[in-house]
Amino acid sequence: MIIYGVAILAFSYIVGQLFGELLGNWLGINANVGGVGFSMILLMILTDWLRKKDLFTLPTQSGIQFWNQMYIPIIVAMAATQNVKLALTSGMITLLVGIIPVIICFAAIPLLAKFIQKSDIETIRT
Amino acid sequence: MEIFYKFLERNSLILAFLIVGLIMYFSSIISEKLTNKKLPSAAIAIILGLILAYFGGIQTDGEKGIADIKIFNGFGTLGGSMFRDFAIISTAFGASLLIMKKTGLLGLISLFLGISLSFIFGVMLAYFYGYRDSISLTTIGAGACTYIVGPVTGAAIGASSDIMALSIAAGVIKAIFVAIITPFIAKSIGLNNPHTAMIFGGMIGTNTGVMAGLAATDEKLVPYGAMTATFYTGLGCLVCPSILFLIVKSII
Repeated sequence: MIIYGVAILAFSYIVGQLFGELLGNWLGINANVGGVGFSMILLMILTDWLRKKDLFTLPTQSGIQFWNQMYIPIIVAMAATQNVKLALTSGMITLLVGIIPVIICFAAIPLLAKFIQKSDIETIRT
Repeated sequence: MEIFYKFLERNSLILAFLIVGLIMYFSSIISEKLTNKKLPSAAIAIILGLILAYFGGIQTDGEKGIADIKIFNGFGTLGGSMFRDFAIISTAFGASLLIMKKTGLLGLISLFLGISLSFIFGVMLAYFYGYRDSISLTTIGAGACTYIVGPVTGAAIGASSDIMALSIAAGVIKAIFVAIITPFIAKSIGLNNPHTAMIFGGMIGTNTGVMAGLAATDEKLVPYGAMTATFYTGLGCLVCPSILFLIVKSII
């Protein structure tokens, strides 16, 4: 059933995000620390386990796949709700602070990427 | 007309589904016909979304782009953090845990490097611009991380509200800039494999920017970038008002 897939995803979401909230609270900050990451790891472990047990039927998978496919449309909706007006009207200093550090960080990415083990490189097959 | 608006207001989430669907469709046509598929349709769709957000902002003077217009309220739900995180977690299905383990340490290093670099250059720019007190400098530097780290840091160390607003604006600009620019520079920084995507997520960190930027570049890289970026804001909220603030204070 499709709802099983959605429910597995929801379970991963709730457990992982809650863990991120608690971790943030424990560190004394008002923010979620790594909730999405924990949820992702949990989902990978769960789906792997179900696959091994032969319980991961096609309809169950499509319950997760649906949201996977909805990701870009959701990001488009997110883009449409950003405070773009504020960004474009708030003056020179914000433009500089918003853009220059990003350019520096972009430039640093290839330097860090050099440390990736050559044998580990797995390019994505499309 | 009144009935029509009331109806759309009540069903705004469904209306958002329809409009986003149309945006995706037009973007794929533009991508194919005008750019010969050189510019991915997702990138065009995201830019169209940002343009809509701008018009929403001028129309209503609100903070949530198009979602501040009543009948487009559904965009706020569809593009809000709940659906966004739910969908992004689903992308982990099919991602490789092995790759994530192998690049885990580099991802962690990139997180600390990314936060420090953004903070340092944010503080330096603010200093050159004439800010001299450590609280304002730290808050603006934190805003160079993400638009959440900025105000959280500012609130923690007692920044004035105009400095907080400035740090939020800087963070929003960062997110928009990353979302737009990533597909164009992906090739030149080697952003074509999951390992580099993890470093990218840690170095850049702003969830909105990283997720939109990777979606516009190559959908398959999304889970890897998201995996590291998800720690960025939390880590930034941890180190900016504490260690980094103390360092700025001791220098000024």
